[in-house]
Amino acid sequence: MSKIHVTTTVNGDEVEFLADPRESLLDCLRDHLGLTGSKEGCGTGDCGACSVTLDGTLVCSCLVLGVEAEGRQVATIEGMAEGNELHPLQRKFLEHAALQCGFCTPGILVAAKALLEKTPDPTETEVRYWLAGNLCRCTGYDKIIRAVLDAAAEMRQEAA
Amino acid sequence: MNYHTPSTFEDAARLAGAAGGVTRFLAGGTDVLVQMRAGMVLPDDLIDLKKIPGVHDIVQGADGGWRIGIAVPGAALGAHAALVADWPGVVEGMELVGSTQVQGRATLAGNLCNGSPAADSVPGLVAAGATVEITGPDGTRSAPVEEIPAGPGKTTLAPGELISAILLPPRGKAGGDAYLRFIPRTEMDIAVAGCAVNLRLEGDTIAEARVALGAVAPRIALAPDCAAAIIGTTLDEAALAALDAAARAACSPIDDKRGTVAFRTEVAGVLARRAAAIAYSRAKGE
Ligand SMILES: Cc1cc2nc3c(=O)[nH]c(=O)nc-3n(C[C@H](O)[C@H](O)[C@H](O)COP(=O)(O)OP(=O)(O)OC[C@H]3O[C@@H](n4cnc5c(N)ncnc54)[C@H](O)[C@@H]3O)c2cc1C
Ligand code: FES
Ligand code: FES
Repeated sequence: MSKIHVTTTVNGDEVEFLADPRESLLDCLRDHLGLTGSKEGCGTGDCGACSVTLDGTLVCSCLVLGVEAEGRQVATIEGMAEGNELHPLQRKFLEHAALQCGFCTPGILVAAKALLEKTPDPTETEVRYWLAGNLCRCTGYDKIIRAVLDAAAEMRQEAA
Repeated sequence: MNYHTPSTFEDAARLAGAAGGVTRFLAGGTDVLVQMRAGMVLPDDLIDLKKIPGVHDIVQGADGGWRIGIAVPGAALGAHAALVADWPGVVEGMELVGSTQVQGRATLAGNLCNGSPAADSVPGLVAAGATVEITGPDGTRSAPVEEIPAGPGKTTLAPGELISAILLPPRGKAGGDAYLRFIPRTEMDIAVAGCAVNLRLEGDTIAEARVALGAVAPRIALAPDCAAAIIGTTLDEAALAALDAAARAACSPIDDKRGTVAFRTEVAGVLARRAAAIAYSRAKGE
């Protein structure tokens, strides 16, 4: 099985890897690039733990082939904090205790960030529908929703 | 597995025609990758269509009809205000597919060609009178969407043939469409029954209608008796009752843990009534 050389941009940095064409982008991020923040909960698009953005669009990286990333822009949880400065969503998740085991958290943060870029002032219903593809077995979701709404409020004030 | 990225539909058709083993096209991959992962389908050749020019475009023709590229994901359909204004039922069917993440990738053509009897975008396309442009080793042809499904997991496309565009007719005046499905939860589930209604009014009277049912038979299909039940009416209670009965009569569903035959049949009738009411009020511009 011949491998394919892939050049892509991850969190602003150009990276290269050799991918078996059957490998998912999630596998390539984790196994070839050492970016293990994105998690595999199901591998079938149901749980959202592998959420990343591809050219700015929120996707499940388990449902994208690594070879499809050629020439594209990928953003993962590893690119969310700026150095030691946590993103407001990350801070609010800590403040609101919006995580327990934390397995779902990277995917939810990436998904929530994509929502707030598109909709800075979402309603609770919008947040719940947007995150319907991100499963959490621990928190019961309520704290997650509150953390996202609170982060959104803070980010709007900063922008004003 | 050989991964191909042809730059024309003709090349894609040639590759598929020449491939001897298991071949799949890759649009959004939300069915193909799941099937690969489960070991259900292990393609020898995977032909990625997203590098073909124009596949990401939504274009309105001079006559008002629409040409939708085969790699346009659900989220892009929903973001296209003019398309949503013309064909809200078609768009709402596709927007029901999966989560936000799935919407970033999943396409109409993939939904149609995966061949699920419960595919949510297909009834809306059928009711709208949509056609597909098909490119094959011998050239290009077109076919109504309802001629593509051939039973669970199957299509009528010949080996080497693929869909190169989805075509929606001009909306025209006083028209409206709608799609509704029933699922046991509010998000992320497979339709237990679905119904799309597309109609055109003259005054308050339905002059033309097309009704399609999903998830209640091996193939998503037009239900001509449903259309006949409401054409010439103002969608009064008698017409709705006739529509309900015709929809139930058109059902031959499976019995499974997600819905019994009796339940799916009853729900199909209810959805037909409700979808018709929505399409009617949309046609009136309400
Ligand atoms: C979590 C999750 C939830 C889902 N929820 C729903 C749902 O609610 N409702 C629903 O209907 N579906 C649902 N799906 C299924 C899937 O997302 C849809 O069927 C989707 O529209 C498939 O489109 P795609 O572009 O991803 O197809 P792909 O996976 O790329 O392709 C699907 C099939 O179509 C063929 N194909 C693709 N493009 C063409 C073409 N141009 N010409 C010929 N053949 C082609 C491929 O060979 C393949 O067999 C869900 C999937 C997931 C993972
Ligand atoms: S691992 Fe991708 S959605 Fe669950
Ligand atoms: S915190 Fe454990 S799955 Fe969400």
